[in-house]
Amino acid sequence: MADISLSEAEKRYIVDGVKLGIRVDGRERLDYRQLEIETGLVSTANGSARVRLGCTDVLITVKMEMEPPPPQQPKDGQIHFFVNCSANAAPEFEGRGGEDLATSLSAMLDRLYSSPLSLDTSRLCVVPGKHVKVLYVDVEILECGGNLFDTVSLGVKAALWATRMPRIYITGEDGGELEFMVSDNPQEVDRVDVSNAPILITHLRITENLTVIDPTPEEECCGPVQVVVGVTPKGLITTTQQLGAGTFAPQTLSASLKVIAFYYHPHHAHTFWECSSLFTLVAASGQFSSKT
Amino acid sequence: MLWKCGANVYEYRRERERRFKGDVRRVQAMVGVQEAAHPRLVTPGEVISQDTSFMRGHGTYMEKGVQVASVAGYVTRVNRLITVTPLRQMYQGAVGDTVVGRITRVQTNRWKVDVNSRLDAELRLSNIQLPGGEQRRCNVEDERDMRALLTEGDLVCVEVQKICDDGLLRLAARNIKFGKLSQGTLLAVSPSLIVQDKQRMHDLPCGARVVFGANGYVYITPTVPQEQASTYIVNFEEVPVEVRKTIGRLRNCIKLLAHHSIMISPTSVMTAFDMSIEQEFEIKDLLKPDVMQDVALATVQSMNE
Repeated sequence: MADISLSEAEKRYIVDGVKLGIRVDGRERLDYRQLEIETGLVSTANGSARVRLGCTDVLITVKMEMEPPPPQQPKDGQIHFFVNCSANAAPEFEGRGGEDLATSLSAMLDRLYSSPLSLDTSRLCVVPGKHVKVLYVDVEILECGGNLFDTVSLGVKAALWATRMPRIYITGEDGGELEFMVSDNPQEVDRVDVSNAPILITHLRITENLTVIDPTPEEECCGPVQVVVGVTPKGLITTTQQLGAGTFAPQTLSASLKVIAFYYHPHHAHTFWECSSLFTLVAASGQFSSKT
Repeated sequence: MLWKCGANVYEYRRERERRFKGDVRRVQAMVGVQEAAHPRLVTPGEVISQDTSFMRGHGTYMEKGVQVASVAGYVTRVNRLITVTPLRQMYQGAVGDTVVGRITRVQTNRWKVDVNSRLDAELRLSNIQLPGGEQRRCNVEDERDMRALLTEGDLVCVEVQKICDDGLLRLAARNIKFGKLSQGTLLAVSPSLIVQDKQRMHDLPCGARVVFGANGYVYITPTVPQEQASTYIVNFEEVPVEVRKTIGRLRNCIKLLAHHSIMISPTSVMTAFDMSIEQEFEIKDLLKPDVMQDVALATVQSMNE
């Protein structure tokens, strides 16, 4: 993803560091960097969030529409993801260059939120079979500096948390057509329940049997293969995907998955909180408001 | 924030200063400048002075008889000369500077080197010292084996030999101290933050060697006991954990100094390093914004004493 080339000596330094358990910036293998989440920046959207992690910078907006549901799911609201890789983020995104990455990101997000256990879409229903709320989530990648998938998923969760939809009242019926009134009271809003919304965690395979999370662009340069895992706050793994050319030994993969499920589980969460501030932020999503 | 047309400029500036002070996390520019308590920050196009008796320095131009800033930065005045020191810039190049660069391409009898400048600099095969310090003309054999010396991605420490008419920098490594850099880590900061110094490679007392490239690239490596005869062979031995801890701490200290726009010199880096140990911060703690600010302030305070 990132367009940097390292010398053999630098790569060697990074790989040896991971083997010895100390990364170039002093972190251990499973340490996250400090990240910055800001919500409610775009006044024209129902919800928005901007996340910066290292050099990576993404802006996410959520807009709500009322639409008829598909016949097979008459009672479920919908959530759609659109990703745009700005040419400002990296020169190779110019023209149609970022399309592959955008497609894989939006497919990943689609799968992440497809499980009914991660987001209860039935609460987005207004009139079963006729009108449901559809959330359009637009992801704009402003700067691409490593660990993009994690950052985007965090931003989506934050933006959904910050989403405020005006309350809709059914006022009457006119010839089979329902009449609606949309509340213009800023206090009368519906929120999206994100308490079970998942996030993505990327494991980068640096060397045999060793993976790191939250890699810097330099580290991404040393290991071509990553596994992206979607996990809910209850420790449920909703999706996994391997990125890049390369192989994961079965034990490495299962170890990575176990680490994520284990540390993210509320019973064990406190052990992870000590080493990373990220999980405090995500687990208690109420703290998203600290910046706003 | 929208401003009505014709809004009072002073009001705007007051508001801007207030926002800068309030949002310490985002804009960290005010910590490091020592010469004046309140340096004036200007943006391009801003009028610096109406007084025509001042001389026009770098980063300014004259328009309709008034002096206007052409870059964003701090106004500095030396007698009657006014210059604007940019906050961020690309490397302009000066003959004799020691710089750190990364090879981007190998071409016939020259390498292209990224030195944080507008154009990639060139390093000619005839301008490097051949392995073993041989003194002879380069032949076709040498040209064929260029990749064995330096290949794409390699880091080199070289000096600027000449600035061509089109702004291209020509580099040279005709000395035992220049050449390929071995294991370590590279940091990129703004060239305007690097203190001008004759000596660029420092063996710091904490046990690491730091190359402060004049172009803003800073390379940190373990100290080597003695100069190796050949400067194009890299040592692939595993670096011990203790040395890594020192390098990691130095790296994070330089990062935090750069983040707070504090000039980077061996003295300031060592001060920040000692401060971070004194205040018992772990290496990874130095990645947190509040800790970074604490250490930066402590460094400035200790250096002003």
